[in-house]
Amino acid sequence: MNILKFITAGSVDDGKSTLIGRLLYDTNSILDDQLEAIQRANRKNDDGTVDLAILTDGLKAEREQGITIDVAYKYFQTDRRKYIIADAPGHIQYTRNMVTGASNSELIIILVDARKGVIEQTKRHSFIAKLLAMKQVLVCVNKMDMVDYSAAVFEQIKNDYQQLAANLGLQDVDFIPVSALKGDNIVHKSERMLWYSGESLLDYLENVEIHENQAANWRFPVQWVVRPQTDDLHDYRGYAGRVLGEGLTVGDQVIIYPSETYSTVKAIEFNGLQLDRAENGQSVILHLTDDVDISRGDTIANVEKQPKFERNIQANVCWFDNKPLDTEQIYLLQSHSKLTKIKIVDVLYKFDINTQEKVFDETIKLNDIGRIAIKSAENLVFDLQAENAANSQAIVIDPRTNLTVGALMIQAVD
Amino acid sequence: MDYLDHLEAEAIYILREVAGQFEKPALLFSGGKDSITLVHLAKKAFRPGKFPFPLVHIDTGHNFPETIAFRDSLIEEIGEKLIVGYVQDSIDQGKVVEQKGKNASRNALQTVTLLETISKHGFDACIGGARRDEEKARAKERIFSVRDEFGQWDPKRQRPELWSIFNGKINKGENVRVFPISNWTELDVWNYIKREQIALPSIYFSHEREVITRNGQLMAAAPFLNMDADDVIETKSVRFRTVGDMTCTAAVDSTAIALDDIIAEIKASTVSERGARMDDKVSEAAMEERKKQGYF
Repeated sequence: MNILKFITAGSVDDGKSTLIGRLLYDTNSILDDQLEAIQRANRKNDDGTVDLAILTDGLKAEREQGITIDVAYKYFQTDRRKYIIADAPGHIQYTRNMVTGASNSELIIILVDARKGVIEQTKRHSFIAKLLAMKQVLVCVNKMDMVDYSAAVFEQIKNDYQQLAANLGLQDVDFIPVSALKGDNIVHKSERMLWYSGESLLDYLENVEIHENQAANWRFPVQWVVRPQTDDLHDYRGYAGRVLGEGLTVGDQVIIYPSETYSTVKAIEFNGLQLDRAENGQSVILHLTDDVDISRGDTIANVEKQPKFERNIQANVCWFDNKPLDTEQIYLLQSHSKLTKIKIVDVLYKFDINTQEKVFDETIKLNDIGRIAIKSAENLVFDLQAENAANSQAIVIDPRTNLTVGALMIQAVD
Repeated sequence: MDYLDHLEAEAIYILREVAGQFEKPALLFSGGKDSITLVHLAKKAFRPGKFPFPLVHIDTGHNFPETIAFRDSLIEEIGEKLIVGYVQDSIDQGKVVEQKGKNASRNALQTVTLLETISKHGFDACIGGARRDEEKARAKERIFSVRDEFGQWDPKRQRPELWSIFNGKINKGENVRVFPISNWTELDVWNYIKREQIALPSIYFSHEREVITRNGQLMAAAPFLNMDADDVIETKSVRFRTVGDMTCTAAVDSTAIALDDIIAEIKASTVSERGARMDDKVSEAAMEERKKQGYF
């Protein structure tokens, strides 16, 4: 059994909440006391069935003030997988919410209203999927009941979307015709669309394999140095962290940043046991053959596949703060366990999120996405997004407020 | 990776981020299964070193005696520091007033004792065992959740959390609540407890107990329940799904004596874990309101 993390993109009008509600309801993930709360709220659809959208409704603070609070996470599981759904609601702040939810997901479900087809919003969502280098895209053409379950409508939307995907460079795109409201092709195959030979949504989620980068490009950002300093463990010195990437094996030659010194992996320890190798995402303790000075924020990497180590970079940024990006200001860049002072020296261009075209405008405001040039106070250890997305990501913190003001995806060395 | 390995690795990563980013963290320990799981994860994160934080227990004085006995033996076994904040002290000092009447509980009062304990020791980060599947206000909580100097949670001012990069920068007076098992469900916790053979207080397993029925829920008969002639004491086979204060934690009818029985029971259950928490039934937004005040 493994975990699949996905985000659903779409507005209330697309039936997004109904789709999530349906998945939870039909997999028996909603319990009596929660259903009771729904019934108390007494919201019904036109045909008298319970309105499942209410399952994803927000907090009192949101309802009262008509605001949405970025992302809510929902969970359900089958015998095969545990699912984590990032539910990013709302029209306002949509870019910020979606970028946040997408950053914590492997797969994105893009909802398209069968009556409307591929519209501006679809393009916006797909652009964000591309921007964050999402590994798998699933287009659910929803409200098929409103178009008489027409195969022709579905095929037309599929063709239109494939054109969009090709333009954006999105790979790994799949399509399912559904009606979240009526439950068609959500958990069970619909008998009203016999022309569709693929899987239901749940079967698809159960079976989809997320394409992982298998290159032996592991990096190990050190979070904490374990030094018991007791009599019997006087010389014990272990580097605790979480493996990023594949291939970490005992005996690997390593390079340590920022000192750019070399050593060898002597042991990989977990819970007092010695491992021969560690997988992507494993939290372990590393021991090296040499007595080198390593502390939190340093990175240990495979010497065969070295990361970049540079001060001047170009990155895509999504801006989250009410205060616009300020090129005069010093910000903090946090990547994994490392904090570095940076200046954003130039805004190269902005993306028009609706047309995906470059706009030469130097002000980056809340919810804007743009390409920026950064100068860092010291060398950064990173990979380019196109080569190793997991090590190209960082957040920007405003030291005046300590708020997270931007998400960064490093694109190039400047 | 197996899903439990994934959840475990994520939680260990978060615990180490707390150790690395904060000057004076603490682990809030209730004696319940979630905080016991956190202690187990902390061992995997920091051994053979010591924990870089003490355990902190907010004692309402209305605990199940089994929980306190378990707490003390666990502390002895792991050899880590325990700090206890007593709600009784807050009452004696006149900082809170005990509720009156039949359904009186110290559940709400412990927020004051918690905030006092945080401020007295200067904790800048408090690790808790809350999970997002528990309740809808929890579903919106971040993993690093910033509280202002009054301990308040402001759902509108939460920081976006991207990838696994956690921003722990805070202003003076603020502190952060950290929830390493946010992404675990009740069933995940039980499956993990089984896999790791983690010991739990006996009240999680079926046992004979004197109970009374109140508002449709089975409550353990205890002196601080303000019982009167209407309350009929019966002896039943019960267990507890969550462990809180005796005045607000209801038992469920159960014959589950082993972890496998409990897991089967949860899979078949049609009521959520917090369905047996009187403290959540006060109003639709009960948890949200308490969190804003500084609750766990």
